[in-house]
Amino acid sequence: MAKTTDKYERPLPARMGLAAEFYKYTKLHELRFQRCTDCGVWRHLPRPMCGECGSFNYEWARSSGKGKVYSWITVVQPMLPAFNDAVPYTVPLVDMDEGVRMVAIIQGVEPEAMKLGMPVEVFFDDVTDEITLPKFRAAG
Amino acid sequence: MTDSLKDKACIVGVGETRYTRGTNTTTLQDALEASSKALADAGLKPHDIDGIVSSAGLAPAPETLAANLGIRELKFAVGNTVGGGAAACAGLQIAALAIAAGLANNVLMPVGWHSYSGMRVRKLGSEVDLTTVPGPIGATIADFYMPHGAFVPAHFYGWMATRYVQQYGIKPEAPAAIALAARRHAHLNPLAFMRGRPLTLEDYLNSRVISYPFRLNDCCLETDGACAVVMTSAERARDARKPPVYISGCAEGHPYPDDDFGARPDLTHIGLTDAAPKAFQMAGVTPAELDFAEVYDCFTYVVLIELEALGVCKRGEAGDFVRNGRIELGGDLPLLTHGGLLSEAHLAGASHIVEATRQLRRECGERQVADAEVGVVTGWGDFGDGSIAILRR
Repeated sequence: MAKTTDKYERPLPARMGLAAEFYKYTKLHELRFQRCTDCGVWRHLPRPMCGECGSFNYEWARSSGKGKVYSWITVVQPMLPAFNDAVPYTVPLVDMDEGVRMVAIIQGVEPEAMKLGMPVEVFFDDVTDEITLPKFRAAG
Repeated sequence: MTDSLKDKACIVGVGETRYTRGTNTTTLQDALEASSKALADAGLKPHDIDGIVSSAGLAPAPETLAANLGIRELKFAVGNTVGGGAAACAGLQIAALAIAAGLANNVLMPVGWHSYSGMRVRKLGSEVDLTTVPGPIGATIADFYMPHGAFVPAHFYGWMATRYVQQYGIKPEAPAAIALAARRHAHLNPLAFMRGRPLTLEDYLNSRVISYPFRLNDCCLETDGACAVVMTSAERARDARKPPVYISGCAEGHPYPDDDFGARPDLTHIGLTDAAPKAFQMAGVTPAELDFAEVYDCFTYVVLIELEALGVCKRGEAGDFVRNGRIELGGDLPLLTHGGLLSEAHLAGASHIVEATRQLRRECGERQVADAEVGVVTGWGDFGDGSIAILRR
C-alpha cells in the first residue's frame, strides 16, 4: 500500500534517559556509542556504568558505522498498521566493528540474500524533523 | 549450598479454571477459582495459607488474593516481576526457600492471565505503552527495537532462532516435531484448547510465516484462564490428601546482559544454560534419568534450544534428538504432555507445573507417562530469563 500522507506514523524512540543522547547524535548523522574512558571498552545500550570496570566515566565515541550481520528476522505479518506498507522487512542484529551489537532495520537487501557475517553499514534516515534513525544497508 | 533446597518443599495441591478464548470473568476471579481448587486438592483451607507468591502482572497482587481468600495471617508475600514466563517456575524456588527457612508453612502460587481477552502481547506499543511495562524490557524495546519494527516476542526470540538455524543448519522438521508432539498430547487432555483440532506435518509446513523463522504453528496460543499450586514442607506433606511431589532441584538463570536481547555474545546461551546444571546437581539427577519434560514453549524453536541447555542433548543436536517420536508419549522423553502453551493454553508456565505434578501422581489417564518418577519443568521469559525445577514423587 502506497503512502498517501507524508506523516510518519511508525513508532519513534521514547528517548528515555541516556537513550536521548544516542538520538541527539544520530540527529547530527553521527553514530556514537559510549566508551569507558577508564578501561576503553565500548558499550551499547547506553548505561551509566561500565560493566567491565565499574567506572562511571565515559565519552560518546564515534563509530565507523560498519559491521557484520550476527542474526536477523524478516517480519511478514505486521503487528502494527504503521508497518503494513513495510512488510516483508528485515531487522538484523549487527556486530559493529567497535565490538558492540546494534539493532536496526536494513534496507535494499532481499530477505533471501541475508547471510551470517554479511558486511553492512549504517546510513541515516531523517524520519521526522525531530528524529533521525540509523539504518543498515549492504556494504561493498 | 547446592543441595540446600533439595526435597525441603513439596507440591501438595494443584488446580485450574477452564481454558478459553473469551471470558466474562476477571483474572482475579479466575485466580481465586484456581486457588480454591488447588486448596481443596491439598486438603487445606484458605486460612492454612500463610505465604503467597504471585507473578505480578500475570496474577493479582498477593495482598488482593489474601484479602479475597480470607487469609488473616499472611507472613510471606512476593509479587515476582522478574522473568515473565520464567516467573512461575522460579516461584517454586521462592516458595521452597521460604518453606525451608521457616518463613511460611503453606505457600499458594496462583497465575491468572487473560492473554486473549486482556492485554495481548501484540498490542505492545499500540494499546500498551511500552515505557510502563515492568522490568527492563519495555525501555529497551521502546528506544532501540520498536522504531525498527521489532517489538513482540516473535521478533526478538526470532533473532535467537535465526542464529540457531543458520549456525546448526536446523531444518523445519525439527520445530515441527515440537508442534506435532504438543498437539498430539493435547488431543489426550480434556482441558486443552486445541484438543480435537488436527495438525499434520503438511499443515505445519504450509502454515504462513509470521516472522521468519517462525511460522504460525511455531507460536503459542493466546487464551484466558488461571491455575494455582500449593506447596508445603516435606514433613507436613506426609499428611496431605494426595501423594506429595518433591521439589528436588531448582534454579534460575539470567543471560548477560539481561536488558538487551540483541547484545549477547552467544544468543543461544540462555538463562537455562546456567540454571540447569545447578538444579540437576541439587536433585542428584542426570538429564538421562528424566521420565518427561514440561519445557516452556512460547515458540517451538525455544524448546529446541532449551533441550540443549538442559543437557538432554548436545549443542546443535536437538533437531536430531526430537526425531522419530522420541519426544512423544511412549518415547524416551515425552515433552509437553498436556499440550503446552502451543496446544493446551498459555498460563505463562504455571500449567506446566500442574501437569508435572499430576504426571508424578499418575493421575493423567490416557496421557500418563508410564511409571513416571522424575520430571523437569522449565520457565522462559522476557529476554531469555530461565528457571527450572526437578520434581519427583
